[in-house]
Amino acid sequence: MDCETQKDAELEAPSIIDRYYTRWYRTDLKGQLCEDHCILQHSNRLCVVTLAETHPVLQNGRTIKSIDYQISNGCSRLNNKVSGKSKRGGQFLTDFAPLCRITFIFYCFCNLKAAFSCIRGRLLEVNENILERPNLLLEKPSTEGYIAVILPKFEESKSVTENLLSRKEFEIVVSKRDQPQAS
Amino acid sequence: MLPLKEKDKPIIQKLLAAGCCARCILRFCCVNLPSAYRQPLQVTLTEIQDFILGAEDEKVQDPATAVSTEENNSQNAAEDPPSKRVKLDPADPSDGSAAAAVIRSNPGESQVCVACLGILQELCGTQQAVKIAETVKAQNYEFDSLVLSISLPAQLCVREHSCWLHVKKEVREKGLALDKDDVIQVKEAFKWIMQSLVAKELGGGVAVVSKSGFEVGVEFTHPETDSDCHFLAKVCPDCFKPTKNKQSVFTRMAVVKALEKISDDKFLKQYPCPPARPASSCVPQDVQCLHVSVFIAGRYNKFCRSLPQTPWLIDGERRMESSVEELIAAPVLTAFRADGFNFSSSGREDVDVRTLGNGRPFAMELQNPHKSRLSKLQMKELQETINKSSDKIRVRDLQIVTREAMGRMKEGEEEKTKSYTALVWTLKPIQKEDISFIDDIKDLTLDQKTPLRVLHRRALAVRQRVIHTMNARYVDAHHFYLALKTQAGTYIKEFVHGDFGRTKPNLCELLKTDTDILELDVESVDVDWPPAIPE
Repeated sequence: MDCETQKDAELEAPSIIDRYYTRWYRTDLKGQLCEDHCILQHSNRLCVVTLAETHPVLQNGRTIKSIDYQISNGCSRLNNKVSGKSKRGGQFLTDFAPLCRITFIFYCFCNLKAAFSCIRGRLLEVNENILERPNLLLEKPSTEGYIAVILPKFEESKSVTENLLSRKEFEIVVSKRDQPQAS
Repeated sequence: MLPLKEKDKPIIQKLLAAGCCARCILRFCCVNLPSAYRQPLQVTLTEIQDFILGAEDEKVQDPATAVSTEENNSQNAAEDPPSKRVKLDPADPSDGSAAAAVIRSNPGESQVCVACLGILQELCGTQQAVKIAETVKAQNYEFDSLVLSISLPAQLCVREHSCWLHVKKEVREKGLALDKDDVIQVKEAFKWIMQSLVAKELGGGVAVVSKSGFEVGVEFTHPETDSDCHFLAKVCPDCFKPTKNKQSVFTRMAVVKALEKISDDKFLKQYPCPPARPASSCVPQDVQCLHVSVFIAGRYNKFCRSLPQTPWLIDGERRMESSVEELIAAPVLTAFRADGFNFSSSGREDVDVRTLGNGRPFAMELQNPHKSRLSKLQMKELQETINKSSDKIRVRDLQIVTREAMGRMKEGEEEKTKSYTALVWTLKPIQKEDISFIDDIKDLTLDQKTPLRVLHRRALAVRQRVIHTMNARYVDAHHFYLALKTQAGTYIKEFVHGDFGRTKPNLCELLKTDTDILELDVESVDVDWPPAIPE
């Protein structure tokens, strides 16, 4: 009964995401099946990078071991510092720039996956809350478990989503995966 | 009688020969008497000439100038009209008698003065005053005093400097001192003449004074001699910095600064001394009237959840109809007949937030008001007009305030507390008991990262803000009203929904469920300004 009222409650009030953000998707990042990301684009053109619900990391039975923002010897996303209104100093990212490395355990096996930027823009911040509480990524991947916030260039605010799928297009891609392959 | 002295004679002779008008000559003689400038130019010229020729009589006793004496005697004795006199070479300035001969022979010929470029000649008479008065009357301002503001071309400073060096040389030879600061400025002489003339034309007890809220600007240009200043840029390049906004780098201030720096020798090498004679007079530009801004203040309520505070435009297109400031400004601009306004308030609320209670303090600067004084009754009527014009807003305590008042209102924005009521939705079903603990929370400190919804135009930072008290009122299993009293600058919406966990602590954490804010109202803005006006 509680579940029902909860579901009703969800339907009744559109979430913050639905009110202010548009969902865009990028599937099979770097050719890896199902490594899908969801970009939440705010009406003010800011983008929040999250893992889509289909991402392997978020599936049942996973526990997060650690999250690391050190993506290479010389670069840690934690060192990103922006200053002022124009956000000077933020690392400029391209579509496939790695944001963090996620180490997770599945059936006693240790796996490593990376989260990617998916869009071009200036990195404003990475989510430090998931460093302290990695399970936040599993519990609330679309909100408190976000990966990073990126600000696209003003001139590119509209074009930055050209390579991304809308929610409907994403659902079609996902449904095609579930279908058995034609023989 | 002009207050001229013996020591002024060499100055007068040099300047006459150089081509200065009578009034400029008075200026260089440091004549500090406004009435001397107000008399007709021709009268002044004649008096100066008589004064000089008085000197020529004295020279009769000097044997060294015997030759010129003869000429002078014949000139003085004859009764012939001046125009029939022999025209002597005006290019010889060292001979005083030659100078006298020049003026005798060219009395009516209008030559543009080399120092004032005609400003103290044809351009400051009744004709000008009438033009100014007509423009002022046509623009229909309400005023009982005005100040004349004069804008002269920068090259006048250069010419003035040149004339001064011209007489300084001569004066020093005769062992006299002439301080540049004692020379009367062109602007001052112009005002001495024009102020009373303009006042007369306007009539009706208007005082033309040195300080007033109503400024009538008279501007002169002289394109012919604009290049007079250019040599200064080569000699003192650091005085002339090219700015993006100004059209010409040769502003009056920059020219004055350069003239202070440049040595006499350098100046004389680059610029003729005395200055070259111009072919034309200055050109008067349109008279500009400007009234000092009037400030009004009040408090506003916003009853609509789809009204922005300021016009909402994206790419020049209006996204939402009207705005708080436009609804208030329209009747106010009409009442004060102002050209424009600047609206500011003690904080702001979002489009979808109502402002209830006593309302939010605001102030408006009204630019160039043609009407600047309204009685208390008229202000009340204006307030009524605003309130009748729309049911989306309401204004109270509308009053005229000083410019300093704007500062008081902004202090409220940072320092004072605000009270709100939010309608909260919870994912998890709740009971009354589940939210009662909220009433006991006092002075809760939040760490708020810049909310994502404003992060595109604000710096990324963490702000500590305090929620002083809260009160929860149960509605149903998924809703309750939350009343809050908070420090100024607290983001309420983000406290309720957590903003992706970037505001901590937040209501989701406190209630251990997802929460969202459905409605927000501002109940009070705790600033005790502007003073309340009883209804």
